Amino acid sequence: MSPTPIELRDIAKVVRRDVLTMVLEAGSGHIGGSLSAVDVLVALYWEVMRLNPERPHWEERDRFILSKAHAAPALYAALARRGYIDVKALLTFRKLRSQLQGFPDMHKTPGIDASVGSPGQGLSIANGIAMAARRDGRSFRVYCLMGDGEAHEGQVWEAGMTAAHHGLDNVCAIIDRNRMMGDGSTEDIVALSPLEDKWRTFNWHVIGVDGHNIEQLLAAFSEAASVKGQPTVLVAKTVKGKGVPFMENKPEWHDRTLTEELYEEAMKALS
Amino acid sequence: MAEMGLVDIHHSVVETEATNRGYERGLIELAERGTDIIVMDADLAGSSGTSGFRKRFPDRFLDIGLCEQDMIGTAAGLALAGKCVYVTTHGMLAAGKAWDIIRSTICYGALNVNICGADAGLSSGAAGGSRQSLEDVAVMRTLPGMTVIVPADAIEARKATIAAARLPGPVYIRFAAARVPIITTNITPFTVGQGGVYRQGDDATILSCGVLVYEALKAARILEDDGLGVRVVNCHTIKPLDRAIVTRAAVETGALVTTEEGSTLGGLGGAVAEALAQTARPTPIRIVGIEDRFGESGEHEQLLAYFGLTARDIASAVREVLSRKKTLRETESEQRAE
Repeated sequence: MSPTPIELRDIAKVVRRDVLTMVLEAGSGHIGGSLSAVDVLVALYWEVMRLNPERPHWEERDRFILSKAHAAPALYAALARRGYIDVKALLTFRKLRSQLQGFPDMHKTPGIDASVGSPGQGLSIANGIAMAARRDGRSFRVYCLMGDGEAHEGQVWEAGMTAAHHGLDNVCAIIDRNRMMGDGSTEDIVALSPLEDKWRTFNWHVIGVDGHNIEQLLAAFSEAASVKGQPTVLVAKTVKGKGVPFMENKPEWHDRTLTEELYEEAMKALS
Repeated sequence: MAEMGLVDIHHSVVETEATNRGYERGLIELAERGTDIIVMDADLAGSSGTSGFRKRFPDRFLDIGLCEQDMIGTAAGLALAGKCVYVTTHGMLAAGKAWDIIRSTICYGALNVNICGADAGLSSGAAGGSRQSLEDVAVMRTLPGMTVIVPADAIEARKATIAAARLPGPVYIRFAAARVPIITTNITPFTVGQGGVYRQGDDATILSCGVLVYEALKAARILEDDGLGVRVVNCHTIKPLDRAIVTRAAVETGALVTTEEGSTLGGLGGAVAEALAQTARPTPIRIVGIEDRFGESGEHEQLLAYFGLTARDIASAVREVLSRKKTLRETESEQRAE
């Protein structure tokens, strides 16, 4: 029995609350870009991806690469709520000897398919896995979640050309288009628009979606799975800091630390 | 040194071959044996040595275009899915342009990717300073878990290529485009992490790698005429360094010269100095290489002379380090007398 979109929304709320608790407890971490990515992660981990939390290395599983690696809190919370890791372990995030490093480490955390950290590198990894799958005749798909600010990295566009050239239809990228990066608006710093057109001219199948609308996301992932001969990118329109009104669209919440009072206020918004 | 199966370079005509070709032969041999390898290149197959492989095994070859960073990242993905990958481009593009991807994706993930730096050192000769990689060994060596190999000739290059397929974790192998002397044979022992003593001697030791092993052997021959017994060690594996062979050389000969076709900062010389600085007995060391500067255009052989890397230069370095050894021994015996 698949969870309904309403149940998925409830799960997303739990994951968002986990993110806040983790960052409060750790004293650091990236809240804004974690909160904007939660609904995409919930759609993937609860509905879209073929996976088995009891067998994190199952060969036929769909792969997930968190190219926007600073959203690690959201991914860890999703993995915990999905049963890969103990929910209590979330409180060890960023601490000495924790299985939850600041950025995802495949050797420390079950469910992490690739160690990542330096921006702009995830799509190349996804392409390589997808090429190997094709060579081996395996049917799993590879998902890669990127930040929009990452599109400033040249390697993203190298990988964009490679995936299209090789017709990697088993690759599905998602861009968390929250229009904010560490120093401010992406459009003020170095404009990315028209982002969808850029990917279209790179010969990708492009789907624009509301990245907080679970139904739209599920429909888009389903469309992506049916596309042949072309990789797909979901340009997911999102809100940085989504779910906590005083954080929404505020670039300072990229990596600001929480006080107890702000934490209480944020948790109230997500109750 | 009959048991090493070396070519008698002093009494026979020495053949030459680019070590890039040894890389190519190693790759073909691996695929012929049925090893599930994938070879990648970034639009340099013509010079790097992968074009012959491409012809023989087109299904195992992937030209990624001039996208060195994406090549390394894609190789990471292939390795994550269980493939044995060899990525190929010029040394300064592999170790330089793609360094962060090698660090953050390959090494941080401890992935089985073999990074092959072709046309490295001064071997791209005429291309000049911007294309000659003199710092590749140093920047690769600092990466946790990275194995670094600099083969002496095309035959050793073939062996290193084949050995890398079985080595866990990332490997950087450096190859030369220029024809360089063949000094080893198929029976010369080669084990990653174990240096080879190519000439015995107790007065001083030359620790060398790459094409300069040949020059080191010639230097030892020059010094023999001065009545000096100079040991020559092929330190093909810069990391992990064969500390045993280095320590033995320090203890038994008391004077070391390192030689490499690369920067004097952080390469073989750096590795040897780091290792010995932490042992009890001080040992005079002279690091022969290219001193903190870029290369220049010229023929490979001309450049070796221009940068002071020939047998004659190495022999002078040995004489210099021997004079320091003498002073040190005198000081030590004076201290003992007190």
